[in-house]
Amino acid sequence: MDKILRIDMGANGNPKITITELGDYAGLGGRGMTSAIVSKEVPPLCHPLSSENKFVIAPGLLSGTASAMSGRISVGCKSPLTGGIKEANAGGQPAQVLARLGYAAIVLEGKPVDDTLYKIYINKNGIKISPDNSLKMLPNYELIAKMRDEYGDKIACISIGTAGEMKMNVASVACTDMELRPTRHCGRGGVGAVMGSKGVKVIILDDTGMSMRAPKDKERFKDANKRFVDGLMKHPVTGKALPAYGTNVLTNILSEAGGYPTYNFKEGSFAGASKISGEVEAELEKQRGGNPTHGCHRGCVIRCSGIYNDKDGHYLTKQPEYETVWAHGGNCGIDDMDAIAMLDYLDDNYGVDTIEMGATIAVAMDAGIAKFGDAEAAINLVKEVGKGSYLGRILGGGAAITGKVFGVERVPVVKGQAMPAYDPRAVKGIGVTYATSPMGADHTAGYAVATNILKVGGFVDPLKSEGQIELSRNLQIATAAVDSTGMCLFIAFAVLDQPETFQALLDLLNACYGLNLTADSVVELGKNILAMERDFNSRAGFTKEHDRLPRFFSQEKLLPHQVVFDIKDEDLDKVFNP
Amino acid sequence: MKITVKLFATLRTGRFDEKVIQFSNNITISDTLKEIGITSQEAAIIFVNGRHAEFDQVLYDGDIVSIFPPIGGG
Repeated sequence: MDKILRIDMGANGNPKITITELGDYAGLGGRGMTSAIVSKEVPPLCHPLSSENKFVIAPGLLSGTASAMSGRISVGCKSPLTGGIKEANAGGQPAQVLARLGYAAIVLEGKPVDDTLYKIYINKNGIKISPDNSLKMLPNYELIAKMRDEYGDKIACISIGTAGEMKMNVASVACTDMELRPTRHCGRGGVGAVMGSKGVKVIILDDTGMSMRAPKDKERFKDANKRFVDGLMKHPVTGKALPAYGTNVLTNILSEAGGYPTYNFKEGSFAGASKISGEVEAELEKQRGGNPTHGCHRGCVIRCSGIYNDKDGHYLTKQPEYETVWAHGGNCGIDDMDAIAMLDYLDDNYGVDTIEMGATIAVAMDAGIAKFGDAEAAINLVKEVGKGSYLGRILGGGAAITGKVFGVERVPVVKGQAMPAYDPRAVKGIGVTYATSPMGADHTAGYAVATNILKVGGFVDPLKSEGQIELSRNLQIATAAVDSTGMCLFIAFAVLDQPETFQALLDLLNACYGLNLTADSVVELGKNILAMERDFNSRAGFTKEHDRLPRFFSQEKLLPHQVVFDIKDEDLDKVFNP
Repeated sequence: MKITVKLFATLRTGRFDEKVIQFSNNITISDTLKEIGITSQEAAIIFVNGRHAEFDQVLYDGDIVSIFPPIGGG
């Protein structure tokens, strides 16, 4: 993983390939790599869909090695949704395969002069870029089936669906899983629109003939990996709960805690929660011959993913994640698990962010476009997005644009990006993260829910203001670092609670690269990444006034606890200026 | 007095999802756990009426107690 592949999609004649050394970007991976390239090379005031923006893909520092859990891939660019810097990451196979092919990053630059659509094939012999207009407006599942026919089943793909081609703000970038299904998405911020603006439909990766990346110190690496896996297996969340129920085990607890945004953030608890809970979802999967315990990439030992079959026992979609079940479920007043699974399939197929899409439909329901609880109407609205009708184009603009078009006041976004599945009034730590993350409202940027609700990494009362600033700050720093390693963020449940598992992670990095990183170095790495991202946003015109939640969160009391978001603006400003 | 006890995830196995249980006055969460045969290690997260609670909290008539094993996601 010692080179960067740059493709100028706007070069005269044909796209031009350049392969360079790592140079200034040596030692970076994942989010660290994407944010470094974007902040250094992309003019912050450029239009996100213009030739000046760059679309960066980077596996993590440990991706492609024998290390467990190292299959996350990051994509980065200036976001068409937020107007700021964006990093979105996903599991699936591409991180491991791209890293084994030796690339620390792929950078798509420029913009084709016409509307020709390209596919990029990369294997051990090199790179082949071909125009292929037969792929136009293919949804992801059909596209990947075609790639399988053409290139065989040893490939991993990074692709956009119809939403990306239409350059919608909700468009995601799909990554294929172990079964070569386009189910793992870099979802947030409209990254799919930027890939679409480069005229690239799909990147096909084949690492046949390449070997696993070798660590500098093999024995030390092997020992660290064993301790790391033991730690993950020992922790009750990563060893038991996530494999048994998946992420959707959170539906019941958030609804019980009064922090489950319901009917477009009007209430904090959903009467239908038990019908769409992780417990019910896992049971349905077992009954129908699906599988509630499945890894999204080779080397995953947590296996929080799953396979969701329809009533007749046929594959419908991967196990919908908690955020998806919430966005399309309780937030829209829908308590029909099969309808939510269908929405998950449609989102993956058209290539849209399930969080932004669900939040947008809830805003549309608030506007009276459909009734809360009407699953059929929600399915039809997502189909409009896939088709690109005028209504679909509006909804494809995301929650903020839909709110403006239809005159809705209650629009739960920060920096234009929709909030995920935790109400910031009743889970105040995550509210601090939503407000201050350079990414816009993003739960993964500093998952205070762990400590506020799940009592992982200690306990900070979710309903009180005390301790939330420091909690969010520390988690945002740690997350920026973890997002650079290629590690799945869920390792944090074990790493936060077990110092020896954190040490095993450090030892993996040290043995891989021949380094002597300490906990302090990890903090430094996280701080540096956040500083680069915030610097980009500042140059793009963001001020501290953008680090705020919409006003209604401090004015409308949330049931059942009758709480508002009451963390002071000057305290929010201390997250990055302690 | 009557207490509603809700169990989640693995705690349901061999027990129940939700049950109204009659107790004498002045019992604590620890007493309730003993009554339904759940250890303090198993009960990682406990809410009383949607608020985090500790083992020694005293319960009152009509309280809803929600008990979770260690879980995570997101």
